[in-house]
Order: sequence, then structure tokens, then C-alpha cells
Amino acid sequence: MFLKDYIVDVYNGVASLLKGMRKTGYYFTHSKEIITEQYPDNRATLKLADRFKGEVVMPHDENNEHTCTGCTACELACPNGTIKIITKFDITPEGKKKKAIDAFIYRLEMCTLCNLCVAACPSDAIIMAPNFEHSVFDRSKLTKILNKPGSKIKEGIE
Amino acid sequence: MYNQTDIIKDTTDLGPDGELVVNMGPQHPATHGVLHLVVTLNGETIKKIEPHLGYIHRSIEKMCESLTYRQFIYVTSRMDYLSSHINNTACALLVEKGMQIEVPERAKVVRTILNELTRIASHELWIGAMAMDLGAFTPFFYAFREREMITDIMEDTCGARLTMNYIVPGGLMYDIHPEFQTKVKAFIKQFKEKVTEYEDLVTGNIIFQSRTKGVGVLTAADAISYGCSGPVARASGVSCDIRKIAPYDAYDRVEFDEVIETAGDSFARYIVRVKEMNQSIRIIEQLIDNIPEGEFVGKTKNVLKLNKGEFYQRVETARGELGVYIVSEGGTTPHRIKFRSPGFSNLSVLDHIAKNSKIGDLMATMGTLDLVIPDIDR
Amino acid sequence: MLSLESITKTTQDWLLAKFSPTMALTIECIIVILLCITLFAVLGLVLVLLERKVAARIQIRLGPNRVGPGGIFQTAADTLKLIMKEGLTPDTADKFLFNLAPFVVMMVAMLLLAPIAFAKNFQIWDINIGVLYISSVSSLSVIGILMAGWASNNKYSLLGAMRSGAQIVSYELSAGFAVLTIVVLTGSLQISEIVAAQQNGWWLFKGHIPVVIAFVLYIIAVTAETNRAPFDLAEAESELTAGFHTEYSGMKFALFFLAEYINIFIVCAIGATLFLGGWMPLHIGSWEAFNHIMDYIPSSIWFMGKTFFLIFVIMWFRWTFPRLRVDQLLNLEWKYLLPISLFNLLLVTVIAILGWYF
Repeated sequence: MFLKDYIVDVYNGVASLLKGMRKTGYYFTHSKEIITEQYPDNRATLKLADRFKGEVVMPHDENNEHTCTGCTACELACPNGTIKIITKFDITPEGKKKKAIDAFIYRLEMCTLCNLCVAACPSDAIIMAPNFEHSVFDRSKLTKILNKPGSKIKEGIE
Repeated sequence: MYNQTDIIKDTTDLGPDGELVVNMGPQHPATHGVLHLVVTLNGETIKKIEPHLGYIHRSIEKMCESLTYRQFIYVTSRMDYLSSHINNTACALLVEKGMQIEVPERAKVVRTILNELTRIASHELWIGAMAMDLGAFTPFFYAFREREMITDIMEDTCGARLTMNYIVPGGLMYDIHPEFQTKVKAFIKQFKEKVTEYEDLVTGNIIFQSRTKGVGVLTAADAISYGCSGPVARASGVSCDIRKIAPYDAYDRVEFDEVIETAGDSFARYIVRVKEMNQSIRIIEQLIDNIPEGEFVGKTKNVLKLNKGEFYQRVETARGELGVYIVSEGGTTPHRIKFRSPGFSNLSVLDHIAKNSKIGDLMATMGTLDLVIPDIDR
Repeated sequence: MLSLESITKTTQDWLLAKFSPTMALTIECIIVILLCITLFAVLGLVLVLLERKVAARIQIRLGPNRVGPGGIFQTAADTLKLIMKEGLTPDTADKFLFNLAPFVVMMVAMLLLAPIAFAKNFQIWDINIGVLYISSVSSLSVIGILMAGWASNNKYSLLGAMRSGAQIVSYELSAGFAVLTIVVLTGSLQISEIVAAQQNGWWLFKGHIPVVIAFVLYIIAVTAETNRAPFDLAEAESELTAGFHTEYSGMKFALFFLAEYINIFIVCAIGATLFLGGWMPLHIGSWEAFNHIMDYIPSSIWFMGKTFFLIFVIMWFRWTFPRLRVDQLLNLEWKYLLPISLFNLLLVTVIAILGWYF
């Protein structure tokens, strides 16, 4: 009896090992199963999810106009002080003073990409963009001003 | 008071019985992150294990006290980063409970599906890491292939792969991706095909079985007295699934079994997790075709203020019971917040169950406890 | 036909014609030394690359593919890096032993190269106790590993070295018994005679089941002896960071690394010689045409092909199995492998006496 158990033990052990080897052997011989994506080479075909939260950007239209009113809702919503809005007063053609943004300062190095600022924005002025190649040689380059120079607020946005 | 030099023992001295004190970690290939174990050895046999924490303490609880109820949810993704979705759900549920916010059915169902996907992803990663601890490198890549599909689904819907922050008090941040259902179904199909691979490579393997069976045995009584939860306690025969005991979201309307093993050893913990993945698939299958139409976020006030009082909410993360406890003074930020993390209690049994075993057993035991260090340290 | 045999013969004739016999011998020695070192370097580079490629394919990855076409210069680049790195010696280490250990391990690997028959009549030293020589010299490498572990003055290294010591000493036995089965069948310890005995068929095929068992035992035992997964306890990275070579860096580490791969090559070469007929081509019974075609393939290709096949099998093991625990490792040897190999040796002896093999 002891001998029989011993042989069964050895047989089962070896069989279980061979089963594993069959599986790895299968993958060794089937190169189409390879899942490696050769990242910098496939940059052209690389498609990120359209909702991917890479960084906060402020879309501008062809007239260099954005929809940010400078209400600082995003600044308040941000959990870690990533956004700083500096406002100024524009003089409208009618001669009235109108509040507008001077600089929308966005510090990417502090951003946790939580999307709360985008959710808080009442005029959809900022969105999350699927950019992820953020590495730079100087940390100060991560502090960005999102409104383009010379840009102004779109007509009709209050 | 002790200072850092006291914690790191002078390891040049041998003990009275020729004991060897070895610092495992904070930089060590097996401790997955910055866990520091001071292990007293007698030859190959472990005499004592002292875990030292604090290497990744970020004072998340204190941070949360300065953030509003909308903001503090994202921080909890950084605790147990493998089940960040479930952490977020716990916080959102607590705020909803405290403010009596009505959550739409659609949000509830989507949350449940995403929670279960997170659980599968976490267990997949765990299988890979566990096999790697035991010296088998290949299952890691196979497990990551399936996990990649989940992270892709998460990326599509939530916009991030690990720290989602998709849950807000009252529902979801935005609606699910149009292809969400088809992608989840494709994942279920692939998962069912490929899950047998783990059986071939890991579960049935004689070396794996002999490394884990009877190793690190935790009795049910000890599991309860140490406060273990999740798969660790369920492998010892303790029924502790919060999804069953105190159902939240859509768990009360789905059928699934609470996986319970009685052996309490590392192999039982492994089996519990593998079976749990199948149960998660079962839950997702029941819900994926029945996502109700409607709003994805309930009506909430612009500024969230919790009533004065104490609130507690517990959920079942991939590692066990996560409790969130808030003392509110009625303001926009919590007065005091406390997280009861599953990893901390699970780690505390390590010395108890790995004592008098070999160094190799320590790896098997530690691996099956499924420790995520940022969860333990917070 | 151009073969290694004819090249060596021509070289010797030319040297003897040009120089005095002593001078010719000296030059031959120098050539052999240079060839050995070149073989070492090339084998090291090729095997490391092969391992990485095999691992990658099994793990559904691509593996190194950046340096050179298909990544073939990857290991050369790695070696360059290791050469340029500082070879650090820890302050509290036993400096003499610490620096000596990699060379001991390396020297053992080099010594083992001597009796291996790479092709027909192409062998450095056809010693009459060839197999015995291999068994005895290969057990010396444990000294180098113990030396490294002890001299590093590091607890991980020490544990790794002690594990390695227990492991190599134990598995030496079943490897020895597996080799003995072939010696019993052949009746000689000389490598060239063992190969010659497989003229009409490899031992694996004509030795019945006992030789198959011996072959399996041999593969398991040498996997353990070379500290390869699933028996890589000496350097179990999840337990002991890197085991006995934790403290080594730069070229000293590279020597350990190289010696590991050379050892794999050697044990596989010996396995191929003993069980798969060495450089003998595959002959099947009375298929004259088939046998004739097989004869056209050079003997060195046969030898290398068999060796690399065995190396692949060992790599396949490594990337499939989890690691054993230290007590299980010794259990496997003393409770399973050793009784089986003793019994097997008895069986083979009976078969050899009764002449039941082909």
C-alpha cells in the first residue's frame, strides 16, 4: 500500500508539472499571443481613451477665444491648490468694465488629475486632455498658463 | 520615545541562542513596497517577526480633515490603490448616508459593476505577485494580460487606470462610456477562457501546493480576535462578507455566494480569492445587461455639509473590511476622520502565523495576506 | 568534408612541420586556452540572451529588441556596462576570500570543459576517467559559493551559501547515480568510449525505461546543482534578495553570472553526451537512406543541437515552476530522487548483466 501511494504521489506530481509546462510551451510556440506594445514606436497608432485624464487644458476656438469667466469655481474645487486664477478688468467696447482672466495658472506637478475642477466649471472652459508625455527637464516648465496670450472670452458667456 | 536608530536593530549581535536578526525591507524584493520586517531567525526557522510601519505614512486622515466632502474622496484612492474604486465608494456612501442623498439606480448598478471589476483586477494582480513571491514569474504576465482589459475598461469610463475618482457623493462623476457593456462582456468571455490557465500553472502545481498547504495556518478564533477580514478571515471559516452582512449599492439584488474555506492555510486563502473572482464575474453578469436608464447622479446641494454627529460606513474591499468613520461638527469638512483599513489587521497576524516556520513560508504567508502597504500606513 | 577534426589535424601537421615538437605543443596549448576563453565569452553572451528571449516568449513578451537587430547585442552591452561598473568590496568583508570566490567558481567551470567531446575527435583531454573527473570537479564549485557567502559578511549571503551547500552536496548523489547507470551500461568512464557505444543508437532509446528514468533524474539533479529555478534557493530573490552574490557588483558579479550559465552548458553537454549520444547523429534501425542523410550533418552541429535542446528544457523549467522550500528541496532529494535512483541503478545493473539492452 505504501509503495502504491508513493508511486501515485510521484505520478501526480510529475503530471501536474507537465501540465504547467504544456501551458508555457504553448505560449512559447505561439508568437501571436505576444501582447507587448512597443510604446515609443507605436506613437502614431496609439489611441488613448477619449476620457483619459492626462492634464487640464483650456480649449480655444479659431478666434483665440475661450469660455473662462474667471469665476474661480475650479480654484475652490481643487483639493490641493493646483489652480490659481488671476483676474483683471477688461474694458468692453461700450466702455464698461468687465471681469476677465489675466492668467489661469495651472501647476501640473501638483495636480492629481481628479477631475473635480472640470466638474465644477459652470461654463465648460476647461477639459481633461489625454496627454500623458509630461516629462520635462525643468520643474518650472510644469507650471503652465492655460489661457493663450491675447485670448479673450467668447461673446455671450457670463 | 524611540528614534530611528533604535528601530533598526544592531544586527551585528547574535542573540543568546545564536539567533540571527535580519531586516527584511523596507527595500526588499518580497515585501512589495516599504514594509519593514525585523525577522529573528534561528538558521532557516523564524523565531519572531516585528513589522515596522511608517515608511509611507502620508497622514491621509489628517489631510482629509482639511478637505471638503467632495474633495476628500480622491485622497482615499491613494490608500489601497488596488481597490481605489471601492475606497471611493465607501466615502461616497458615507456622505450620502449622512446627508440622505438619494442615489439613482443607474449609479448604484454601475458602482457595483465597477467595484467587482476592481476586485477582479486586484485579485489578478495578487495572483501574479504571489506567484512571483514563490518564484514563478510567468503567471504574473498572464494575470496582467487580463487585468489590462479591466484597466482599459476603467480608462474608458473613468478616465484613469488606477486612481479613478469616478464616484461622487450622489452617484457618478459622468455617465458610463457607450462601449462599456460590450467591453465588459468581452472581458468576461476572455476571463472565463483564461482563468483555467491559473489552474494549470499555479493551483494544480505540486510545488505550489506543497509551498502553501498547511503553511501559515490561521484559526477562526485567531482570525476574529486579530480583527482579520476579507479573504484572510473567510479562508479560516469566518463569515465576514460585508456585501452579505450589510449590503450597499446593488448588492442586495444580486445572487452570489460568500466563499468560505475552513483550512485557514495559505492555500485556502489562495482558493478563496480565485473563487471570489468567479463570484465577481457572476455578479457582473447579472447586472451588466440590466443597467437601468436614468440619471447617473442624484440631486445634491452645491456645498455639502454633513449634519452634526458621527457616521460610519463599511464596505468590502478586495482585502477585507474597510471602515470609514467621520465625526462631523456640521461644517463643510470632517472634524475627525478615521479609516479602518483591512491590511493593518491582516498584517498583525503575520507574527502569529508565520512563527516557527521557514523563511520560504514567510513569503507564502505574507503573499497570501495580500498586503498593500499604503493601505496599512495611510 | 570540412570538419573540426580535419581542421585540428591540419593545424597540428602544420605546426609540427614548422616548429619543434615542444614549441608546437606550447602553441597548441595557447590556441586551446584562447579558444576556451572565447568559447566562454561567446557562450555566456549567447546563453544569457537565449534565456531572456525564451523567458520573454513564454511570458508573452518580446524580450530585448533594442540593441542591434532583434536585440542580439543586448548582452554585449550589458557586459560592457558591468565591466565599467565599480567592483565594490564591502568594508567588513574578508577581502581576500571575497575577491577569490568568483574566480574559484569560474575556474571550476573552466576545468569542466576539458573532457567534453565537442565533435568527432575534437576533445581537449580524453581522460580515461572522464565521467569521474566531471563528477568530482563539478562538486568543487560549492566551495566558491560558500566562500562568497561567508566572505561577504552579509546574512542574506550566508543563508544563501548554506542553502546552496546543502543543496549541491545532496543533489550530487542522484546526479552521480544517474551518470553511473550509463557507466554500467557502457562499461567505461571514458567520454569517447561512452559516445562510441552509442554508435547504433542513443542510450536514451536503447536503454529501456531505466535509462529514461535516469535521464529525468539527471535533468532534475543538475538543475538543482546549477542553482536554477525551481531550485534557485541560493539566490531566491524574494527571500534572500540575491543570496550568495548579494554584495557582488561589477565584473565580479558578472563572473558569477557567467559561471552559472557555463555550468548549465556543461551539465547539458554531459547530459547530451551520456544519454543523447554526444556528437553521434540520429540513426534509426535499418533506414539506410535516412541514416546516410543524418551522417552529412556535421558532428559538432549534432552536439550543439542536443546541448541547446537540454538547455532550453532547463530554461523552460525555470519560467514555469515556483521555487521549492529548503526542507522540501532536501525531502525531494532524500525521499524521492535518491531511492528511485538507487533502485534504478540496481535495475540497470540487472539489465546490463543479462544483456537486455539493444
